[in-house]
Amino acid sequence: MFRSMENPFAKPILVASEGEPVAPDPAIDEAALTVRGLTVAYGGSPVIFSIDMTAPQGTMTAIVGPNGAGKSTLLKGVLGLVPALSGKAAVFGAPLAAARHRIAYVPQRAGIDWDFPVRVADVVAMGLYRELGLLGRVSGQRRAKIVSALERVGMAAFADRQIGQLSGGQQQRVFLARALAQDADLILLDEPFAGVDAATEKAIVNVLRELRDAGKTVVVVHHDLTTVAEYFDRVFVINTRKIAEGSVAEAFTADALHAAYGGRLASAQLSELRAPAA
Amino acid sequence: MEAFVAALTFSAGYNAALVVIGATLFGAAAAASGTFLVLRRQALMTDAIAHATLPGLAIAFMVMVAAGFDGRNLLGLLIGSAISALIGVVAVDVIVKRTRLMEDAAIGAVLSVFFGFGVVLLTIVQSMSAGRQAGLEGFLLGSTAGMLRADAMLIAVSAAVVGVLLFVLRRPLTLVAFDPQYAAGQGVKVRLMDLVATAMVLAVTVIGLKLVGLILVVALLIIPPVAARFWTNDISKVLFLSALFGGSSGYVGAALSASAPALPTGSLVVLSAFAIFVVSLVFSTQRGVLAALLRRRALAVRVHRRQGLLALAAGEPIYDAMTIKVLRRDGVIRPDGVMTDNGRAAVAEIRRDELRWSMAPSVLGDDAVPAQRDALTPADEAFTPDQIALIDAEAQRLAVV
Repeated sequence: MFRSMENPFAKPILVASEGEPVAPDPAIDEAALTVRGLTVAYGGSPVIFSIDMTAPQGTMTAIVGPNGAGKSTLLKGVLGLVPALSGKAAVFGAPLAAARHRIAYVPQRAGIDWDFPVRVADVVAMGLYRELGLLGRVSGQRRAKIVSALERVGMAAFADRQIGQLSGGQQQRVFLARALAQDADLILLDEPFAGVDAATEKAIVNVLRELRDAGKTVVVVHHDLTTVAEYFDRVFVINTRKIAEGSVAEAFTADALHAAYGGRLASAQLSELRAPAA
Repeated sequence: MEAFVAALTFSAGYNAALVVIGATLFGAAAAASGTFLVLRRQALMTDAIAHATLPGLAIAFMVMVAAGFDGRNLLGLLIGSAISALIGVVAVDVIVKRTRLMEDAAIGAVLSVFFGFGVVLLTIVQSMSAGRQAGLEGFLLGSTAGMLRADAMLIAVSAAVVGVLLFVLRRPLTLVAFDPQYAAGQGVKVRLMDLVATAMVLAVTVIGLKLVGLILVVALLIIPPVAARFWTNDISKVLFLSALFGGSSGYVGAALSASAPALPTGSLVVLSAFAIFVVSLVFSTQRGVLAALLRRRALAVRVHRRQGLLALAAGEPIYDAMTIKVLRRDGVIRPDGVMTDNGRAAVAEIRRDELRWSMAPSVLGDDAVPAQRDALTPADEAFTPDQIALIDAEAQRLAVV
C-alpha cells in the first residue's frame, strides 16, 4: 500500500534562474505532479503562498487544512483555473498545456444548474471532450467507455436520468464517472465526500484505491481529518503556506495539525486522529 | 390565403422566396444561439442588445447620407447597429462589475437609455430632407416590404454562418454552460466561449433587425428554446428542436407577411413562435400540462395501490372504492375481496421495500436519501445496487440479532 513511500522526493530541487538551461530534474520527471513556488491571490492578499508540492506516481494524497486555507485554490492553481502570481506546476515533468490530457478534475458540485437538460450518460460523455474534439462522433467503443465508467461507480442503471433527479451522492458518483471516462493518469478531486452518503463515500474511496493500485495518481482536497489515515497514503497539510508533506506517518502529526488548525483542534482530538494509523 | 400558400411554397416570386428562406435560416440561428443564452439564464441580455442597436442604426443612416450614399444600405445599417449594440453590452458589463447594481438593473438602465437616445435620433432622421428615410421605422417591428434581393441574401448567408459556427462549437458551449469549472479543467477557454456566445447573440440580433425588428427579436431567441425544453432532457435535442421551432416560426411568419404586407413581419414571426410554445406547453410528453394531468392520474393509481398493499400488509380492512378497484385490476385481490397468490407476493415485496426505506437513513446517513423519498418509489429504483446491498446486509444482521 505504501510502496512509493521510500522514493527520495524530499531532496531539495535546484531552481534555475531565468533563461539558464538546466538538466531535467529526475524527481520532476518521475512525479505525477510537481508544484514549485506557486502563489495565488484573490484581491490583495495571497490565498496560497509559495507552495511546493510533489505527488509521486501511484499514490493517493489528501490535501487537508482549515476552511479558507487554500486547499481548493491549490488545485485550481495547478490546473491554471486561477492566475498564478508566481511559481508553476508540472505534470509528469511536462508543463500543464502539454499534459492536460493526462489530468482529470472533479470540481465541487456547487454552482451547477440541476435543471440543465443533460442526462447522466451525457455528463459522463463530457469526459470524452478532448478525445472527441469538436466534431467527433460518440461511437460504439466510446459508448462502452461511458457505460463502464458508470458501472464502476454503480450508476449504470441511472444512465438515462436527468442529472437533477439524483441525490447529492449519486450526482457526485456521476462526476467521478466523468473523470474516469477521461482515462487520465492524474486525478484531482475537490471535496468529493462533501454532502455524500456513507455508501457513496465508500464507493468513491474504492474506485480511487483501484485507480491508485493501477498506478494512477490521486490527489484529493479532504475536510474530514478522521478518515485521512484510513483512506490515504500521503498527506499535504496547508494553511496558506505548506505546513507538512509526506506519508501519513511522517506528515499527519499533531505538530503539523496544530500548526495548520491552531487552537481549533484540541489535543485530545489530535491524539484520537493519530490512533487509526497506529 | 392563396398568397400565403404561394409564399409557403416559394412560388410568390424570386424575391419573396429569398425573404422566406432568409427568415427561416435566421429563425433557426436565432433560436439555436438563444438556447445557450437561456441555459445560462441570461435571456434578458438579448433585450439590452436589441434596444442598444437603435442609436447606431440612426447614426449609420445619417453618416451614409452625409457621405452621399444611399442611407438605407442594409450592410451599413447593420454595421452601425452592431457597434452601438457592442457599446451597450460593454456598458452592462461595466455597470455590473464596477457598481453594486445587479445584472437585471444594469440591463434595464442600458436598454431604456439607448432606446430613448435612438428614438430621439430617429426623429431627427425623419425630419431630414435628404436621403429617402422612409422604411427606417420598419426596423422597430420588422418588415419584409421592399426588401431588396441583396438584403435577403445578406440575412440568409450571415444566419447560415452563425448556424454553422454554433454547430461546430456546440460541445464547448454546452460544457461551459453546464459546468464552467470542469470545462476550464479540460482546457476549454471559458472566457473565449462566453465572448463567442455573446458575439453570436449580438450577430443574430443585428441580422434580424430588418426582418423581425429590434423590439421583438428577443422573443425569437427565447421562445423556441423554452418550447424545446418541454420535449426533452437532452441538450443536443433541445438545440435541434429549438432551431426547428425557430426556423418554422421564421418560415411561417415571413410567408404570412408576404401575403399581408400591412402587418409587421416581427409580430407575425413571434406569434408563430408563440403558437409552437403553446402547443409544447399543452402537449409535451415530458413537461406538458396534459402530460402532467395524466401523470397526476397515474400518481393517484400508484398512491391507492401502495396504500392498499400497506393496508393488506397490516391486515387492515379497505373501504376506499378506488383502492379496491386498483387492487382488483392488479390481480392482488379477487372480486370477492380475498387476497390472491400474486397479492401475497406483492405484500411481501411492499414489506421488504418499507423496511429498506426505513433503514436507509440510519445505514447510509441522511444525505443519502434521494429526492425520490416520496413513499412511492421502490427503494431499488432510488438507490444504487451497492447501497441496497448495504441496507439488506444490515437488515439481515438485525433480524439475526
